[in-house]
Amino acid sequence: MKSFALFKKDLHSELRTRYAINALVMFILVTISVILFSIGSEKISETLTGGLFWVVIFFSAMSGLSRTFVSEEERGTVLTLHLIASPNTVFSGKLLFNLILVFAMNIVIAVLYSMLFDSFIIRNFALFSLAFVLGNIGIAAASTIIAAIISKTGSKGTLYPVLSFPILLPLILILLELTKFAIDGTVIGESLVELTVLVCYNVVILTASYLLFDFIWKD
Amino acid sequence: MIWKTVLFILMLFVIIAGISFPIVENPAHWYQFPVIPGLEEKAKIIFFHVPTAWLTVVAFLVSTVYSIKYLKNKDLDDDAKAIAAAQIGIMFCILATVTGSIWAKFNWGSYWNWDPRETSIFMLLLIYGAFFALRSAIEVEEKRAALSAVYSIIAFVTVPFFIFIMPRIMTGLHPGSANDTNAGPVVNFKMNGNMMLVFFTSLIAFTILFFWMWTLNYKSIIYKDKLTKNIL
Repeated sequence: MKSFALFKKDLHSELRTRYAINALVMFILVTISVILFSIGSEKISETLTGGLFWVVIFFSAMSGLSRTFVSEEERGTVLTLHLIASPNTVFSGKLLFNLILVFAMNIVIAVLYSMLFDSFIIRNFALFSLAFVLGNIGIAAASTIIAAIISKTGSKGTLYPVLSFPILLPLILILLELTKFAIDGTVIGESLVELTVLVCYNVVILTASYLLFDFIWKD
Repeated sequence: MIWKTVLFILMLFVIIAGISFPIVENPAHWYQFPVIPGLEEKAKIIFFHVPTAWLTVVAFLVSTVYSIKYLKNKDLDDDAKAIAAAQIGIMFCILATVTGSIWAKFNWGSYWNWDPRETSIFMLLLIYGAFFALRSAIEVEEKRAALSAVYSIIAFVTVPFFIFIMPRIMTGLHPGSANDTNAGPVVNFKMNGNMMLVFFTSLIAFTILFFWMWTLNYKSIIYKDKLTKNIL
């Protein structure tokens, strides 16, 4: 329950400063418009739009999600958190906040994207939503633990994409494959292998994060 | 000393056999390798390229094992061992990437095709790079050791996705991919006896080479550390 209180605290402070939300919204707009400018009046293929969709999501995640732990370090509230909560509780609270942020961000991206790109047509919507939900959980989990690592280092901003990219890449590759399937209209039964890999990735990264967070949190 | 002699003999055998034994249509003599359709003479890279890729993973495994040990005992010696293994690992990773890339130019027509296996070795390269970038960003020794240990463990649990799952479920050009028909013998170990002998000798020799280099590197890191601490 304490982790939920922690989540509420993060939500309140986020709504007060709107640091992550503002940065994210602007980042999404900038990325999508850059893609639109570069395409011009060209007609791009459906597979390519599926790929660009995840490019937008990846870079937006890189810009907004690193704040969770860095903000605690910057405001000097880490020691208070040490006193009032166990590491697992802290991690759950931060994970919950990042999950909500990732879901909100990605739903906005998905809506904007399907409005602005004509060739982004999902033929198997159930498969796409399944991949979307599982992918978001994976992105949130991986970026939370990486955010915890970089909050303890010297160069906080630049290191985040460098460390996250190799960890997130298997996830992104599988998601690209699944989006391609969803655009082609493949039935769920034929993409079970990819979905299983996605679930495995989420389980593995969550377990590893909970096991290892102690070592990052306690200096 | 005995290990170095063994290593010398094994390596000598691998280099001589791997390079000079001919590949013929119907092997009649003990020293002849069979033709694998689609690979022919180029199949010989297996004696050198596959062991380097293998060492990349072994080095990563050793580094992770010592990272876990560090988190358990908080002994900076274990951290030195982990970093020593990672340093050798990145070297072999570059070697595997470069040899594979040159081979790809001659077999597939271009240096880089984003074949699933090329993606996975590229990912390993990125992980090693990120690992060293992370280490250079932290000043305090204990903190640096703990954080890089955590990162290498997280990276290690996601690596099986690139190395063992992705190349097998995705279609690709590399021998042993999901849709591989003609080069299958390489992976199903249907190479003939002497080819397998050279291949496995090469794997063993490279593994010994790794452990030798690793101990040397570990010692050099410890000495460097001692020297800098005496001066300061």
